[in-house]
Amino acid sequence: MIETTGLRKSYRKKTSRKSGESPTVDAVRGIDLSVSAGEIYGFLGPNGAGKTTTLRMLATLIRPDGGRAGIAGADLFTDPAGVRRRIGYVAQGGGTTDTVSAREELVLQARMYGAAKARAVQAAEGALKAFDLADFGDRPCATYSGGQRRRVDIALGVIHEPRVLFLDEPTVGLDPASRAYVWEEIRRLRTEGMTVVVTTHYLDEADALCDRVAIVDHGQVVAEGTPEALKREISGDVVLVGLEPGEGVAKRAAEVLRPQPYLHRLEVQGEDGLRLYLEDGAAAIPQLLRALDGAGVTPGTVRLQRPSLDDVFLARTGRSLQQS
Amino acid sequence: MKLARDTWLVFQRQVLLMIRTPIWIAVGIIQPVFYLLLFAPLLKKVLAPDGAGSYADAYQVYVPGLLAVLCIFGGLFTGFSLLGELKAGIIERSRVTPVSRLALLLGRALREMVALLVQAVLITLIALPFGLRVSPLNLLLAYLLLGLLALMTSAISFGIALMVPTDAAMAPVVNTIAQPIALLSGVLLPLTLAPHWLQQTARWNPFYWAVEGMRALFSGHVGDSSVWQGLLVVVVMTVLSVYWSARLFSTRVR
Ligand SMILES: Nc1ncnc2c1ncn2[C@@H]1O[C@H](COP(=O)(O)OP(=O)(O)OP(=O)(O)O)[C@@H](O)[C@H]1O
Ligand SMILES: [Mg+2]
Repeated sequence: MIETTGLRKSYRKKTSRKSGESPTVDAVRGIDLSVSAGEIYGFLGPNGAGKTTTLRMLATLIRPDGGRAGIAGADLFTDPAGVRRRIGYVAQGGGTTDTVSAREELVLQARMYGAAKARAVQAAEGALKAFDLADFGDRPCATYSGGQRRRVDIALGVIHEPRVLFLDEPTVGLDPASRAYVWEEIRRLRTEGMTVVVTTHYLDEADALCDRVAIVDHGQVVAEGTPEALKREISGDVVLVGLEPGEGVAKRAAEVLRPQPYLHRLEVQGEDGLRLYLEDGAAAIPQLLRALDGAGVTPGTVRLQRPSLDDVFLARTGRSLQQS
Repeated sequence: MKLARDTWLVFQRQVLLMIRTPIWIAVGIIQPVFYLLLFAPLLKKVLAPDGAGSYADAYQVYVPGLLAVLCIFGGLFTGFSLLGELKAGIIERSRVTPVSRLALLLGRALREMVALLVQAVLITLIALPFGLRVSPLNLLLAYLLLGLLALMTSAISFGIALMVPTDAAMAPVVNTIAQPIALLSGVLLPLTLAPHWLQQTARWNPFYWAVEGMRALFSGHVGDSSVWQGLLVVVVMTVLSVYWSARLFSTRVR
């Protein structure tokens, strides 16, 4: 449904003279994607990774500097109008007018997609029902809560029943209940046959919502696959060790544990934390406690968990998503 | 056809937004009334040596200038509303739809044009009891000139809005442009009172031609050469401005 090869975009930097850096920011540097019909596809990455830039290119809002892309059979470069007809796009910050109501926005949006007046009114009515907006849909948009506004944004993005929907950070700033609601809406749209591309920097969102995830960092895809497959690459378990604070404890503990045969990888986290990757966490914990004890390091907390997408990100980039 | 339909769509929404903000309408009516009631009496005295003996004469000179000045300031400041819409993501939302890009611009400029024409009609009506006399045909021609002028200034203003980064930067830029344009078109006082060099400078200002044309129309001289000259200058400038800002609109992406 979406195929891209080598999609890239750089921006001119405004303050390059002072720092002596290169005069451009490579926001997206060569992204290859292949999204199938009916998928919920996630872009997971830290701030500034290039998620919004990629989405805006695919939505015809900015012209890529290079590469190829086709969306639902329309070529991004030669037929942007065709792409526009086939897609819906919901920006990171939405885009409603404060003084008009959701219903008025929906009617206008449908009409901008070419619907005649009567059809547009009908479509708006349908959307108000489908997205549960009827309670507040005739009030001005300025009066909506964050969650309500987000629902309106999504309803606006799909009023013309596009084949592909792009959602930029659809749940950012929402409370857990509204997030769950948005996830439900996205899944419902998928069952109606839509292909949905979402960006997020929430690990759990990528994990729970998306069929496939591309992990992006510095404008490149560093890993791609189903959340399960990605996590499977990180063999075994993750053990998080919190140490009693003290001078250089983390370093000392790392020196003690590195030679242990059952350990695959070790990452120091901050002043007093360790992140250990090992085959069988439950069996290894007593041994590593003994080893730490022998070296005179006191562990404060020990936690065992399954690998998350953050561990995939960490393995590929050397940084944690939650820190950056 | 699609352009016309899309423009109408955008225009309708813009008018709705204007109606929903009645403070604008109030200001739009009160301001010109003040100008008319508080400044025109002064003008009568100033123009007396030039043979303007009555209010009627003064208004024939003053009303066209007032209409033009409303156009210059009103039009050039419409870019602010576009900045607001850009920031709110409304333009971006429109731009992913297949709606005509030119229509997004024209619909907004037309809203400004209609608002200014409504103001113009009001001012004309208020000036009537003071003795302003102008034939309907001449008035219509003057309104045509004025409408084009509004289209032109709002197109320029949208162009500026696309080029400056923030509202804070937009205000001084617009003021700096609007002020010399207004002064150099003789909107408050006719430039016949000005020294020679000032008159020569003014000839480079398209608004000067527009104001001259309108003054001729208000004085009943429809055959005067300044009428067709004014129309020609304004038509050419309007086309150029709309073209310029439409190009900016489709290339400069934010
Ligand atoms: N108009 C612009 N001019 C200059 N640089 C830009 C512009 N837009 C984006 N960038 C830069 O491009 C990079 C990618 O930005 P982008 O908005 O795509 O990131 P993102 O992954 O969406 O981040 P976030 O999670 O914060 O939304 C960043 O370094 C950003 O500063
Ligand atoms: Mg973003």
